[in-house]
Amino acid sequence: MQELITRAKALLESGEVQRVLGWKQGEHIYDPEPAFFDSAEALKDFVYNGFCGANLSKYMIEAAKLEGKTLVFLKPCDSYSFVQLMKEHRVDREKAHIIGVGCKGKLSVNKIDADGILDIQGAGYPDCADTLTVDTLYGQTTVSYKDAMLERCHVCKGKEHMVCDEQIGESADTADSDRFAQVAAIEAMSPEEKFAFFQSELSKCIRCNACRNVCPACSCRKCVFDSTKFDSTQKANTTSFEEKMFHIIRAFHVAGRCTDCGECSRVCPQGIPLHLFNRKFIKDINSLYGEYQAGVDAQAKAPLTSFTQEDAEPSIVAEGGLTHA
Amino acid sequence: MLKIKTADLPALYERIAQSQDLFLPVRSAGQTDFALWQKDAQVDLDTLKTVKSPKDVFFPQSETLYSCHREDGKLSVTPEELCDKPFVVFGMKACDVQGIAVLDKVFLSEPVDSYYAARRTHGTIVALACGRPETSCFCTVFGIDPAAPEGDVVTWMVDQWLYWDAKTDKGFALTDFLHDLFEPADESTVEQVKTAIRAIVKKLPYADLSLEGWGAQAADTRFDSPIWEQLYKPCLACGTCTFVCPTCQCYDIKDYDTGSGVQRYRCWDSCMYSDFTMMAHGNNRTSQMQRFRQRFMHKLAYFPANNDGVFSCVGCGRCVDKCPSHLNIVKVIKAFGKED
Repeated sequence: MQELITRAKALLESGEVQRVLGWKQGEHIYDPEPAFFDSAEALKDFVYNGFCGANLSKYMIEAAKLEGKTLVFLKPCDSYSFVQLMKEHRVDREKAHIIGVGCKGKLSVNKIDADGILDIQGAGYPDCADTLTVDTLYGQTTVSYKDAMLERCHVCKGKEHMVCDEQIGESADTADSDRFAQVAAIEAMSPEEKFAFFQSELSKCIRCNACRNVCPACSCRKCVFDSTKFDSTQKANTTSFEEKMFHIIRAFHVAGRCTDCGECSRVCPQGIPLHLFNRKFIKDINSLYGEYQAGVDAQAKAPLTSFTQEDAEPSIVAEGGLTHA
Repeated sequence: MLKIKTADLPALYERIAQSQDLFLPVRSAGQTDFALWQKDAQVDLDTLKTVKSPKDVFFPQSETLYSCHREDGKLSVTPEELCDKPFVVFGMKACDVQGIAVLDKVFLSEPVDSYYAARRTHGTIVALACGRPETSCFCTVFGIDPAAPEGDVVTWMVDQWLYWDAKTDKGFALTDFLHDLFEPADESTVEQVKTAIRAIVKKLPYADLSLEGWGAQAADTRFDSPIWEQLYKPCLACGTCTFVCPTCQCYDIKDYDTGSGVQRYRCWDSCMYSDFTMMAHGNNRTSQMQRFRQRFMHKLAYFPANNDGVFSCVGCGRCVDKCPSHLNIVKVIKAFGKED
C-alpha cells in the first residue's frame, strides 16, 4: 500500500496529476470509501485492502470534466469498465493517469457470517491471509478468504489490466467456479420455476437505484426512469410488472456493453443476484455471435452494434438461450 | 409479566392472524423484511435488523390516494378507503419504534395525514428488545434504550422463552385476547437480560458518538461548511439510505395512467434523487452536494429545529450497513466533530 501512496505523492507533487482517485480509510477495515485526494497531505487517509471492491471507473466520467489529469487506481476487472467507457466516449483517456493496481480478490463483509464485527485481520494487501480472523463483540471467529470474496471474484477475469500507464502490485486469478453455471441452472428450469425464482428475487427490490447508479454501463446523462415525462411509476413498485420492467429494461440496455464487473450485485441492499441478468445476455451473445468480452478492446466492433451477413436470424435471437443453451 | 415458549410462537401468530393482519420479520430469498404473516412464512426473529425498517407498515412505499375513472363520457372519482381494521406489528426494535414517533411528529401534526393516522390508530406495536446489538448500532446516542423499547407490548427473548409485558390499552387488549397462551413470568429474569444488553451497548464502537454542534443551531453554523464538498463526492445519488431509513418521510405524488383514467398515488421519494421536488419552475437543488447536505441537515439540524430538539435519526445503522460507497451519517457527524 505504501508504494501506491509514494507513487501518488510523486505524481501529485510533480504536477503531472491534479488529483488522485482511490479509496479512503473508513471507520473499520471493511468500509473504505471511494475518494478524491487533492494533496499529498490528504493521502494520509488513503487505503488499499481487501475491502476496496468499489470500481472507480465510473467516477472517471465526472473526473473527465475536471481541470487536468486524474490519477486513478484500477484493479484488473475495473480496467474493463474503463475501456468500455473509452469506447463509449464517456471518459477521457488523455485526462487519466491509470495505475493498474494488483488484486488478490475482494471481500464483502456481508459474506462473513458473524454478528458485531469489529475488526478483521488478514484482509490487507498485498499480504492477505488464506484465513481471515474476525474479532466481534461476541468473540473471535475465522472465515476463509475465499468464502468472504465477492461473487465476481469467484469468476475472476484474470490478472491482466486492459488499460494502464503503469502497474503496481501482484494480482492473483481467484476464479474457482464456472461463470455461466448459475445461468445454465436457471435456463434448465421450467418457465414456472424461472418465473417463481425471479419473482421472489425481484420482489425484494426497493427501487433505490443503487444498481443503476453504480453501473459503469449506466452512464446516460438522464435515465429514462428519472424522467418526469415517462409514464411509469418510477420510484415505486406499484405493480409487480413495474419492478420487473425496471430490471429487465436495464439489463437490455447494458447488453453487449456490460463487462460483468459485478458492482450491481455488490451494492444491492437486498442481495438480488442482478448479475445473472447480465450474464444471461453475455452467454447468449457468446453463443450467437462468438465469444465476446466487453471492455477488452476500445476499438473492436461490438456484436450488438455491428452487422454481418453471418449474424443469427432474428427468430433464433428471439429464442435466445432456449436453442443455444 | 408473562411468558410463552418460543416454540409456541407459531400458535400465537396464528391466533393473532385469525382476527387481524399480523406483520413481522419474514425471511424470503435470503433477506429479512417485515411482511404479512402467512402459514408458510419463515418468521425470522434472529436477524437484528430487517433490510427496510418496518415504517412501511404505517407509511407504505407506495399507496393509492384516489382513482379517477372515465366511462361513457362520465368521470368518477373514488377515494381510497382508509385503514379501518386492527393489525399488529410484531418484533419492532427500539430504534424502529422511535422511528414511528418521528413520523408521528410529521404526519400527525396539522394538517393530519389521514392515511397515516388511520394506520396508527389501528396498529398495535409489539416491540422486541435487541438480543445482539450490531457494530453499526448507535441508538443510545439518541437516548434510545434497546433493552427497553417503547411499544404497546414489549417483549424479550430469553433462552427458549419470549417474555411479554403489556404497556398500553391496546397492548392489554391484545394480551387479553391471547391470555391462555401465556404463563406468568418472573420480572427478575428480564432485568438480568436488560443489564446484559446495556453492557454490550456500552462497548459498541459508536457508543460515544458526539452530537455536539448539531441541533437547531447547525442550520446556521454548518450549512456553508466546506466539509460538505468533501463528504458528498463518493455519493452515488442512489436512494438506499433513504429507503432503508426508519425516519425518512418524504414522498412524491404522481398520476399513473390506467388507460381509462388515473390512479393518483404517493410513493417514497429520496432527496438524493435529481428530480426530488422538481417543480414547474425547475428550481430543485441543482447539485449532488446540495442534495447530500439536505439529507443530513434535515436529520440533524432542521428537524430538531422544528421539533423541540428531537433528531430525525434513531441510530439504527441501516444506512451504515447498506451504503454502496460506505458513506453514512456516522462519518458525517464525525467529520464535523474533527473540524470543531
